[in-house]
Amino acid sequence: MTKQQANWSPYDNNGGTCVAIAGADYCVIAADTRMSTGYSILTRDYSKICKLADKCVMASSGFQADVKALQKVLSARHLIYQHQHNKQMSCPAMGQLLSNTLYYKRFFPYYSFNVLGGLDNEGKGCVYTYDAVGSYERVGYSSQGSGATLITPFLDNQLKSPSPLLLPAKDAVTPLSETEAIDLVKTCFASATERDIYTGDKLEIVVLNADGIRREYMELRKD
Amino acid sequence: MFRNQYDTDVTTWSPAGRLFQVEYAMEAVKQGSAAIGLRSKSHVVLACVNKANSELSSHQKKIFKADDHIGVAIAGLTADGRVLSRYMRSECINYSYSYESPLPVGRLVVQLADKAQVCTQRSWKRPYGVGLLVAGLDESGAHLYYNCPSGNYFEYQAFAIGSRSQAAKTYLERRFENFMGSSRDDLLKDALFAIRETLQGEKLTSSICTVAVVGVGEAFHILDQGTVQALIEAFEIAGEEATASEPTAADQPASEPGAAADQGAPAGHDAAPMDI
Repeated sequence: MTKQQANWSPYDNNGGTCVAIAGADYCVIAADTRMSTGYSILTRDYSKICKLADKCVMASSGFQADVKALQKVLSARHLIYQHQHNKQMSCPAMGQLLSNTLYYKRFFPYYSFNVLGGLDNEGKGCVYTYDAVGSYERVGYSSQGSGATLITPFLDNQLKSPSPLLLPAKDAVTPLSETEAIDLVKTCFASATERDIYTGDKLEIVVLNADGIRREYMELRKD
Repeated sequence: MFRNQYDTDVTTWSPAGRLFQVEYAMEAVKQGSAAIGLRSKSHVVLACVNKANSELSSHQKKIFKADDHIGVAIAGLTADGRVLSRYMRSECINYSYSYESPLPVGRLVVQLADKAQVCTQRSWKRPYGVGLLVAGLDESGAHLYYNCPSGNYFEYQAFAIGSRSQAAKTYLERRFENFMGSSRDDLLKDALFAIRETLQGEKLTSSICTVAVVGVGEAFHILDQGTVQALIEAFEIAGEEATASEPTAADQPASEPGAAADQGAPAGHDAAPMDI
């Protein structure tokens, strides 16, 4: 007599890939715009990127219903913060809030794989990467989602700083210029699109720097 | 109003059908420093007098943003006002979360009124001692409401509450018919003039007043001191040099409710405030 298994799951995976790269005074956050279910495409034009605060942008792949709910919760909490503190939340503060929010649902998690990008209190680029239940770390670059296994090794090759055991400690933030970083991101997605069926259609890139926020798009293969 | 045997708790009626505790709460509003509001078809302006207790202390905050489209000015027990504005913010956020659209002002005002009414019908509570001028914008246009401690609320073209508000009301009564068609700047000018009326000769500067605006295409925000001072100078309404103004009843924390009731104001044919 085998244990009864549920034949209905509250979760679904809508696919997609997200990437973020931190620079000396900028941050690039990118995600494809394909939303799928199973082997079907639901839409070719869905944004996985959400601006949470003036200097903080989140990209999430996974189950988009949970992603949307998570974005709404964080936006509401940010409003409360603004009322109480009379200012916008910093990226590190939002980073901690996201972690706490995810862990709050430790026993019925948000099926959401997040990457938070923005500028820290000193104006330097920062990227935080998360698992579904809130474990997080500040890094110089990160990738999440269905194409992450294809993109992360490539970014490691291009961006990874020498071992942390080496002294003096090297900053994880990339020395690349903003245009070089954007180019790198486009290359990542063009490659991931080739082999990952859940990634493609269009690439949405958001760039955060001292001048504000900028958005650009790039076409990807649609097959 | 004089002390009588029916005013001990809010759940006791007087033989004349009055709830004295509620009326005393309305008195607390009259003791607070002045707040005024006026609206046109597309904008609402709130302004208030900010008197600090002493030169060493900072001004009390009397205008609060509840959401991008709603703001509130208070007069009376400012602590009660702070708590109510937190409630307003929370309601606005929850509504936006559920319906992805801004909370209509009329709805918020009713919720506030119901909240105030509860405190007039529980023996273990007391009425909120604060009057709220709620300014907001929604699909049906620009609105200004007044919420009182009794749980009543009214919509106004223009209104003033707090100490010496009658002077401002007189000024506004003369001019309110033009407000609907006023431009944003005219509205601001009238607001500052009305505030000046409550100062009774004292010089109007941006350090003693606060002004906030909400309008079509303009989120609710408090104007910064520099802007207000520029407006005052532009409209040339600074007024004569101060002869020292009498000590005003600056908003006090709830330590002096007794003083308000014992003021020995001329008794007599004051209609119960709920009858307005």
